[in-house]
Amino acid sequence: MAIANSVLDLIGNTPMVDVSVLSPNQDVKIFIKLEGGNPGGSIKDRVALSLIEDAEENDVLKPGATLLEPSSGNTGIGLALVAKVKGYHLKVVLPGNVSPERRQLLLIYGAEIIESPGSEGSNGAVRLARKLAAEHPEWVFLYQYANPANPKAHILGTGPEIWRDCPEVTHFVAGLGTSGTLIGVGSYLKEQNPDIQVWAVEPPSGEMVDGLRNLDDGYIPPIFTEFGGEKLLDRKTVVGPRDSIEWSKKLAEIGIFAGISTGAALAGAIKCAKQIDHGVIVIISPDGGWKYLSTGAWTDDIDVVVERAKKTIYF
Amino acid sequence: MSTEVRLPTLLRGSANGQAVVNADGDTVGEVLRSLAVTYPGLEGQILTADGSLHKFVNVYLDDDDVRYLEKLDTKVAPGSVLSILPAVAGG
Repeated sequence: MAIANSVLDLIGNTPMVDVSVLSPNQDVKIFIKLEGGNPGGSIKDRVALSLIEDAEENDVLKPGATLLEPSSGNTGIGLALVAKVKGYHLKVVLPGNVSPERRQLLLIYGAEIIESPGSEGSNGAVRLARKLAAEHPEWVFLYQYANPANPKAHILGTGPEIWRDCPEVTHFVAGLGTSGTLIGVGSYLKEQNPDIQVWAVEPPSGEMVDGLRNLDDGYIPPIFTEFGGEKLLDRKTVVGPRDSIEWSKKLAEIGIFAGISTGAALAGAIKCAKQIDHGVIVIISPDGGWKYLSTGAWTDDIDVVVERAKKTIYF
Repeated sequence: MSTEVRLPTLLRGSANGQAVVNADGDTVGEVLRSLAVTYPGLEGQILTADGSLHKFVNVYLDDDDVRYLEKLDTKVAPGSVLSILPAVAGG
């Protein structure tokens, strides 16, 4: 086996595994691409590396620079890892109600945490980061929600890997966060085969939106609009915490310990499988379950965990 | 036909504080228009003046975003539930 020169060389090239045993339709296969094996533990390592290297190539990033980014966790952790290795400083604007594991991982990689109100969810983190970026022009604001280098990571990496490993794919199902994965992989796959359907899964915004003061506080990631997200997606469906957790537990029963948003993507794939006669569904598992152990999702009573999940950002 | 519509916290003030209301119509658009007739405070909040869906509003028929079904022309089956939610960020 080759020896990597840097941990950053280990980002990407993730494996795919057949979980069709969970499919409700024997003529529909379901494959999961496991992103938890990236060195920072999630698919966002790809995005972080792409954002930083793009900024380096465009001379936006000078040695020793300070980066600022809003993130509910994984992008922050990925950026913290890449920044640590490359010698940049990172400030992450993090909603107050994310799991303690995320906070610890950021600190392990040397990032500074700026807390935004948990009641405002990711919208609040975005708002605060934009305000801080305007006040501190000396900080580099890569802004994953609006930076084309985010979907580019998936157009150049995740998408081609899926096509290489599974050209028989008929449906692609993934979570909608910044929309980078769906836009990048979705547009790449449709370019190869326009018949491929792209389904987005999202958590119910529920209590997370109580912090919104009016509808104009709503937020659509600029990359979603710029890359024609509405035209690209064939379906967008909500998956609640109960389904997400139940499907995460079913994955654990077949030996796959993945994060709760993987359960949500799988629930979306199951719904899709029930609506089609035959096909091959590829879903993304953004991360492993490690960062969610403190939620008790796999060990505590499901009703208790669901209530807890409503108050926590788990996607 | 009457359909159950779930309102987000933000819009409940315009509907006498109710979280769940009922409105008539065979399509999503009809239900939303009749809702604004019953609760004039909702006028312009869900549908814009030109009759299209507000940019930062997502309407779900059961669990599916209607923008990716037949939009406002999506048929509403008996017993299904419409949920109105503001667009929020993830990631």
